[in-house]
Amino acid sequence: MTSAYEPWNEARGAEIIAEHDKLEGATLVILHALQEAFGYVPEPAIPMIAAALSLSRAEVHGVFTFYHDFRHEPAGRHVLKLCRAEACQAAGGDALAARAEAKLGIALGHTTADARVTLEPIYCLGLCATAPSAMLDGRVVGRLNEARIDALVAEAQR
Amino acid sequence: MMRIFVSRDAGAVAVGADEVALALTQAAGQRGIAIEIVRTGSRGLYWLEPLVEIATPNGRIAFGPVATADVSSLLDAMAADGPHALRLGVTDEIPWLKRQTRLTFARCGVIDPRSVADYCAHDGYKGLARALTLTSDAILADVTASGLRGRGGAGFPTGIKWKTVAQSSADRKYIVCNADEGDSGTFADRMIMEGDPLVVIEGMTIAGIAVGATSGYIYIRSEYPHAVATMNAAIQAARSCGYLGARIGGSAYSFDLEVRVGAGAYVCGEETSLLESLEGRRGIVRAKPPLPAHKGLFGRPTVINNVLSFAAIPFILAGGAKAYTDYGMGRSRGTMPIQLAGNIRHGGLFETAFGVTLGELIDDIGGGTASGRPVRAVQVGGPLGAYFPRALFDTPFDYEAFAARDGLIGHGGIVVFDDSVDMAKQARFAMEFCAVESCGKCTPCRIGSTRGVETIDKIRRGERVGENIAVVEDLCNTMKFGSLCALGGFTPYPVLSALKHFKEDFGPVPARLQAAE
Repeated sequence: MTSAYEPWNEARGAEIIAEHDKLEGATLVILHALQEAFGYVPEPAIPMIAAALSLSRAEVHGVFTFYHDFRHEPAGRHVLKLCRAEACQAAGGDALAARAEAKLGIALGHTTADARVTLEPIYCLGLCATAPSAMLDGRVVGRLNEARIDALVAEAQR
Repeated sequence: MMRIFVSRDAGAVAVGADEVALALTQAAGQRGIAIEIVRTGSRGLYWLEPLVEIATPNGRIAFGPVATADVSSLLDAMAADGPHALRLGVTDEIPWLKRQTRLTFARCGVIDPRSVADYCAHDGYKGLARALTLTSDAILADVTASGLRGRGGAGFPTGIKWKTVAQSSADRKYIVCNADEGDSGTFADRMIMEGDPLVVIEGMTIAGIAVGATSGYIYIRSEYPHAVATMNAAIQAARSCGYLGARIGGSAYSFDLEVRVGAGAYVCGEETSLLESLEGRRGIVRAKPPLPAHKGLFGRPTVINNVLSFAAIPFILAGGAKAYTDYGMGRSRGTMPIQLAGNIRHGGLFETAFGVTLGELIDDIGGGTASGRPVRAVQVGGPLGAYFPRALFDTPFDYEAFAARDGLIGHGGIVVFDDSVDMAKQARFAMEFCAVESCGKCTPCRIGSTRGVETIDKIRRGERVGENIAVVEDLCNTMKFGSLCALGGFTPYPVLSALKHFKEDFGPVPARLQAAE
């Protein structure tokens, strides 16, 4: 997926910030927009947001680091998120998560050395009646079993 | 022309609904059969998804669960109105659906969620039409008379909340919809946003008229991209039909809405934390008072309600306050969309009047576990809800009845576990989740949860088990009474209930494994 993102560019970053800085409470909106464009929130964007919103750099940094979603560096080409919350645990999600970790050779929260796959936990996709569930690059998959998780991992590795 | 209905709900898409819809289009094209596929929300019978329905003079006929390989034979059966192995009969006659009382979810899975015309053709905007003929006081009286209590979990009377905002004077007021449905085992908010988003919009619009607010926000969690997309599409549709914006429905009222997307912080489901987040800040919980009804978003009087609370409003305002309050038991009036999840055979959304027992829900309606093993524990009300053993299955679904047994119904999610569950591990998870998601403002939650994880680890290693259980109980007591919000305050529910009802699981691992055999 990383290839679909633009490389960081200050002018483009400023343009994105300017698109949203008149909104009420714009910080999260801007952080989301930057991440959508660049795949993560580049560090130089933080003081730019602060200047645009008349906030301190510390305040923006505080918001950026509070939320799990915002990335400090680019993710792997594919992001595989495994739901690790109770409903998926009840449906056998623990074993499937361990299986995905073993297949990829990384723990949840990490990216493979070839930067192909980032494996992440997610706390509830709301697909609790078709558990266990996962999301691969925004595509949701439910009723996971060993065969399906293997297929998902293989797809992510391609 | 055959009219075929396939869900676009994320739960259906996750099990292949998009592929089935595509295969139907292709197969019909090859045969030269004219079909129209309407992408609806889900009926909530998730074990039958992807569910495919066809319109007939006798009502819709359902088939499911459909795989792409079934599509060819399915088209034949639909064209001939003939038999098929997956044929379930008239959808509305399916017992699981027929037993429900669908007031809030009446249209979900039936209509095209992005079509105002379809919504209006199924009684949509009748509540708003009546609200526009009423005074603010009359609207508030209806909401109060319905007995509706906040469906987010706390169960606070909605009418009182609205009245407080209506009576506050300010230059601006806000309506905020809490769609940060982070509890595992709950998906009713997601379903209604994907299946009938206009009912939420209508409910919020009525709230705006009742309290004198002209703008609102729907704060949706980022884990729900499908709900975000559908909600945005519905807002656009409502705007272009004159149901949002200036002079709503030709009246003197204005009201408009905007979707804001969360960023993966569970604590933002707590209303004051959500308001902070909407303001663009860290989701740090605010001390109450002041209540959001007095000083909410940007310091202005704010109605903040859960998705399901707003979604219940149109039915009530359409003249149903009396009908709504006729359902239920005790102080829990109306219906509750209950969500059956986890290791369950018939998982999905079951909207029914308060009062149904936990046992009926799990064994009868839910059909027991999907794994076929005995049910050992159920967690009701999300990660902050108590674990109940079979001995408590006679508990009726009612705010007070659950509270009396040291539990809570929360947002109505029930997660079923079979006998392979390790309850000490679940208790540890509850503490760990609290530690990770704590906003950090208050000490009992921030430190207590971390100490809780460490202490449960000691118990699981067999270190001074009795003494450490006493430490966990003491920690829970401190968290319960000393935390600022429900995250730290309610994490003790799963922990203490696991300890109370499944004490045999708390000890060194080998002992537990022997006990399980």
